[in-house]
Amino acid sequence: MSDASLNTTDTTIGEAGFGDYFALLKPRVMTLVVFTAFIGLMAAPGGVHPVVGFAAILFIAVGGGASGALNMWWDADIDAVMKRTAKRPIPAGKVTGDEAFAFGMALSGFSVVMLALATNFLAAGLLAFTIFFYVVIYTMWLKRWTPQNIVIGGAAGAFPPIIGWAAATGSVSVEAILMFALIFMWTPPHFWALALFTRTDYDQANVPMLTVTHGRRATRVHILAYTVLLAALAVGLGFTSVGGPVYLAVALYLNARFLKGAVDIWRRDEPAAEADKYLAERKFFKASLLYLFAHFGAIGIEAMLMPFGLGGW
Amino acid sequence: MSLSRQHEMHKRRFSRNLGLGIVLAAFVALVFGLTVVKVSNEDFAIPTAEEAS
Repeated sequence: MSDASLNTTDTTIGEAGFGDYFALLKPRVMTLVVFTAFIGLMAAPGGVHPVVGFAAILFIAVGGGASGALNMWWDADIDAVMKRTAKRPIPAGKVTGDEAFAFGMALSGFSVVMLALATNFLAAGLLAFTIFFYVVIYTMWLKRWTPQNIVIGGAAGAFPPIIGWAAATGSVSVEAILMFALIFMWTPPHFWALALFTRTDYDQANVPMLTVTHGRRATRVHILAYTVLLAALAVGLGFTSVGGPVYLAVALYLNARFLKGAVDIWRRDEPAAEADKYLAERKFFKASLLYLFAHFGAIGIEAMLMPFGLGGW
Repeated sequence: MSLSRQHEMHKRRFSRNLGLGIVLAAFVALVFGLTVVKVSNEDFAIPTAEEAS
């Protein structure tokens, strides 16, 4: 062995830094999980002790992160060819696939057991099901098989508010299911807008995105259809016990804007989109991020106003 | 070419060890906090000898 081989600056497998393991948990996705689970927990009637609430959110986040690590373990081949994901720890050679698998499995078990101990078995069972759904149903099965991957896979990302609600109350209600439905219906237009302006990535990775299998015209129609259904659902949520005037005002404004964005996308054809480098699609994608945070933020505000006799109807 | 005492690999190893140490310490604190909250709950009662048997 030469000295040179010992002095290489390449990342040595098995010597990943703490940040590499943290990156396996998909921290950006985790922010959405933490936020929506927190709102689900906060909006639930009764309330929990802050320490228990904190622990519940933490273990839900760890469970979500664990499923992210398992997703990266399974999808390492896809991640390596897509520009957006090529720098993830496994394709970048920082963590081995086996390590990611062990890390994901260990954290999955840990998060479910700890959530059961901190709160209740229903919440823990829902978390276990979410991990199973995301890893087995979405990642291993649907993602490479059907263009509806995003629609059904989106359910996994929609579970956190229900888990938060269940952690606080020990049960599931209509409001929790509607919060689930809000994220569930929001996911397809959000991802399809992204797929419209990152076309080559999904093509190269052979992921059956709607844009690849049914064409871009069909994707534009689908975005509009889902956005119309989403708008009805989002406004409808405003009339339940977690809604109120603040939420309704936010929902009406944002859904009007979102609908307009979807109509703009629907009316455009490819030459027009290419001419302005997918400006409308990019704007819609950006707006979709604010859309979800603002809706759940408004539910949170209603819950915070409740003790002062202001929030809700 | 000489080997440097502080290789980049050592930095990564240290960051991993430090991170894990902090996470474990935080976990211990959290479990302690949870225990205090659970046993101070009104519903909490130590099982009696009859219940335990």
